[in-house]
Amino acid sequence: MAPASRSAAPGKSASGLVADPGERSWQYAPAPESRHVVAIAPEYGLFVAGEFRPAADGATFVTVNPATEEPLTRVAAAGAADVDAAVAAARTAYDQVWGPMPGSERAKYLYRIARQLQERAREFAVLETLDNGKPIKESRDVDIPLAAAHFFYYAGWADKLEHAGFGPDPRPFGVAGQVIPWNFPLLMAAWKLAPALAAGNTCVLKPAETTPLTALLLAQVCQEAGLPPGVVNVLTGAGDTGAALVGHPGVNKVAFTGSTEVGKQIARAVAGTGKKLTLELGGKAANIVFDDAPVEQAVEGIVNGIFFNQGHVCCAGSRLLVQESVADVVVARLKRRLATLRLGDPLDKNTDIGAINSRPQLDKIGELTKAGEAEGAQRWSPPCELPDRGYWFPPTVFTGVSQSHRIAREEIFGPVLSVLTFRTPDEAVAKANNTPYGLSAGIWTDKGSRILWLAQKLRAGVVWANTYNRFDPASPFGGYQESGYGREGGRHGLAAYLNV
Amino acid sequence: MSVGIEAVTRPAPERWAIEPGDLATSDAALRQVLHGLPGVDEVGAAQRAAGLATRSIKKDAKLQALDMAVAMVDLTTLEGADTPGKVRAMCAKARQPDPGDHGVPPVAAVCVYPDLVGVARQAVAGSGVAVASVATAFPSGRASLAVKLADVADAVSAGADEVDMVIDRGAFLAGRYGAVYAEIRAVREACGPAHLKVILETGELGPLDNVARASWLAMMAGADFIKTSTGKVTPAATPPVALVMLAAARDFEEATGRRVGVKVAGGIRTAKDAIRYLVLVNEVAGPAWLTPKLFRIGASTLLNDLLMQRSKQLTGQYAGPDYFTLD
Repeated sequence: MAPASRSAAPGKSASGLVADPGERSWQYAPAPESRHVVAIAPEYGLFVAGEFRPAADGATFVTVNPATEEPLTRVAAAGAADVDAAVAAARTAYDQVWGPMPGSERAKYLYRIARQLQERAREFAVLETLDNGKPIKESRDVDIPLAAAHFFYYAGWADKLEHAGFGPDPRPFGVAGQVIPWNFPLLMAAWKLAPALAAGNTCVLKPAETTPLTALLLAQVCQEAGLPPGVVNVLTGAGDTGAALVGHPGVNKVAFTGSTEVGKQIARAVAGTGKKLTLELGGKAANIVFDDAPVEQAVEGIVNGIFFNQGHVCCAGSRLLVQESVADVVVARLKRRLATLRLGDPLDKNTDIGAINSRPQLDKIGELTKAGEAEGAQRWSPPCELPDRGYWFPPTVFTGVSQSHRIAREEIFGPVLSVLTFRTPDEAVAKANNTPYGLSAGIWTDKGSRILWLAQKLRAGVVWANTYNRFDPASPFGGYQESGYGREGGRHGLAAYLNV
Repeated sequence: MSVGIEAVTRPAPERWAIEPGDLATSDAALRQVLHGLPGVDEVGAAQRAAGLATRSIKKDAKLQALDMAVAMVDLTTLEGADTPGKVRAMCAKARQPDPGDHGVPPVAAVCVYPDLVGVARQAVAGSGVAVASVATAFPSGRASLAVKLADVADAVSAGADEVDMVIDRGAFLAGRYGAVYAEIRAVREACGPAHLKVILETGELGPLDNVARASWLAMMAGADFIKTSTGKVTPAATPPVALVMLAAARDFEEATGRRVGVKVAGGIRTAKDAIRYLVLVNEVAGPAWLTPKLFRIGASTLLNDLLMQRSKQLTGQYAGPDYFTLD
C-alpha cells in the first residue's frame, strides 16, 4: 500500500532523472487540506427554536477526531426536558408558520440553504472529515455536493406536491423526529430534512453522538438563512436522547437511519402510537460479478463498493459474489488494485482510506474479522502501515467464504470484503437473496438482458448495474426485510413525509 | 494483402512475444481473441479517470513530475509548412529546453515527417535525443502497403530511431483484423532496429472496447509502443483512452512478460494535464512505466508550460512567456 503522506525522495536535481526516471520512485508529497478553513468553537449548544443553548441540565460530551483521537470540542447532551422544548418549538412553528406557508415560500428557504451548502462546501467538508475520519476527497466530492443536491431537488418539489401522484392536496404529518447515523453525517441530515421541510413538516433532528458537528453547522446555516425559529431543531446526544425523541408523544413521524438492532427497538417503541415510521437499516449487499463483466471496471466497483467511506456504508457491497470461472482473475486483480490504495491522514487530498469512526466500531470490526479467521476463511490485506494514533483498520479481503460464515451473514460495517463464488445465474440469485437484509445489490455483466432479469429477481431496494454506490437525489433509496422500510430520495421520498 | 501474409509467415525476431501461426492471424481467429477480451465500461472508465484526476501533486512530487514529463516529451512538428530551419530550431530546443537552466533534462525525442529525418538526425547528433518519424501515409494511412513500407524505409534509412505508424482504421472498423495485424508486422520488419510506435487514432475507433482491442492487436503484432493519436483528429488523447491503453499494456505484460510503452499525443498543452497522465501511468500501469522508455507525451506547446511551472516551483514566481524560447 502506498503511504499517503510521505515526502518525495530528498533532492530536487533534475539530473538524476535524465537516464531513467523510472529508477526513482515517485512519491506524492503530502497535500493536506487546511483545517483552518473551519473555526471549531470550544463548546456547542443545542439548536432549539432558532437559538443555540446549553442542555437544561448542563450535560455535555466530547467529540473527537477519530484519525488522531484528539478532542475537537464539547457538545451539549440533550435530555428529556430539551426534547420537550424542541418538540414544542417544532409544533409551534408547524402550527403558526411552516404549515400555513405556501410551498413556493418554503422552497425559497430550501434553495437558500442549498446555496449556502455550496458556498461553504469547503468548510463543511473539512469539518466532516475532522469529526468523522473519512477522506477529504469523499467529503469534498460526495457528501457535501450530494447534501446540497438533496436540498435543491426537494426545494423544487415544495410547490408541486399536488403533482407528486398523491392526490390533489397531500398534507404533511406535523412534527418529524429524525435520528441519523455517523457514517454520512451531513448527507443523512439532508436526506431527512430536505423532503420533510419541502412537504411542510417541521423537524427535530438528532445527529449521531460521534459526529454532531456538521449538523450543528447546518443549524447555523438555517439560522443565517432566516429559517423561521423552530422549523429545524438539532438535539445532540447519545442513544437515550434519540430514544426520548422517538418516544415523545408530540412527534407525528419518526425517521431513523442506523443499525437494525436499534431500528427494531424504535419499531417496538412507536407501535400502536399512530406515529408514522420509516427505517433505513443495515445491509449485507451482494456485488455480483459475472464472467463477461468489464473486469477492470468491476474491480473498481468492488473497491468502491466496500472500501468507500471505510465500508461504513449500509449499502456497501460487502459480499462479493464472483462467478467461479473468473474468481481467480478477479481476486488477483482486486489485490493488485488494493495495493495502490492510500491509507492515512484523512485531510490529505490523496488519501483513499481514512479512519474508522470510533473505538467501539473498530472493536466490532476486529471481533468479526477474528471470527472470519476462526471459521476458516483466508484473510488478506495489502502491506500497510497504520498510523500510531487514532482508529484504523486496513482494507481486508476474505476469500474462501461460504454462506454459513458469520462474515457472510452479519453486517461488519467496515473495510472488510467477503468473497464467495457461484456457478450459474440462478445460484447467484439464490445466494444474493439468502440474507435477512435487502438494501442493495450490484450486477457486473456486459449482457443487458441478464441485468434486467437479475434486477427483477434480487430482493434489494437498490440494484446497481455496472456501477456501485452511486447516489442521486432523484433516485429512491431504501430496503427490504431487515434493511427497513420506506424510501428516501426521489418522488417516493416525499411519501415518507406526506399523510397519503 | 499478399505482402502482409508474407510478412506474417516470415520468422520473427525473438522479442515478439506472441507468435501465432497463419491460422491464428485470420480475421476470424483474431476476432476470437480480441472480442474475447473483457469489455470496457465507458461510464466506469470515465469515472476512474476523473477520480485519478483529483490527485493533488505538490512540492517535491510536482518538481519530480515536471522533470519526468520533460524527459518524456516527443517534441513534435508535423505541418505542411515544416522546413529544415524550423526542424533545426526545434531540435535545438529539444537538446536544451531551457537555456537559462541546465538542470532541465533534454526531451526524449523529436518527431518529424520522414523527409526531414535527415535534418533532425544531424541537429540532435550526440545529444541522446532520439529522432522519431511518422510514416505509413500519416495521418490517414490511406495508401497501399507498398507505399507505406517505402515511407517507413525512407524514414529508417534517413536515420530515424523510432517510427510512428498509423493503423488502417478502415480495415479495423470493417473487422479485417488480419489485415491490420499483417500490416503492423510488415512495418515492424521494415523498421529493422528502429522502435515502432503504433498509432491507433482512438478518436476514429469509437467505443473504448475498440481501443482495448486495437491496443492488443498492435501489441500482439510487435509494437514497442502504442500511441493514442495523430494529433490531426479530434478527440485526440483523453484520460479514459489513456487509462484503457495503460491497463492493456499492464495486462499484456502480465500475459506475455513483454513491456510495451504507451504514448499519448494530441491536445496536451498544460503541465497540469501532463501530470494527470503521469498519475494515470503510476496508478494504472504501475511505477515501472514511469520512464521515457515506456511512456511518452507527444506535444509541442506543452514543453514551455512544463518549463514555466518548473521555474515557478523552484523560484516561487512565474516568469512571463517571453522568458521561455519559442522554439
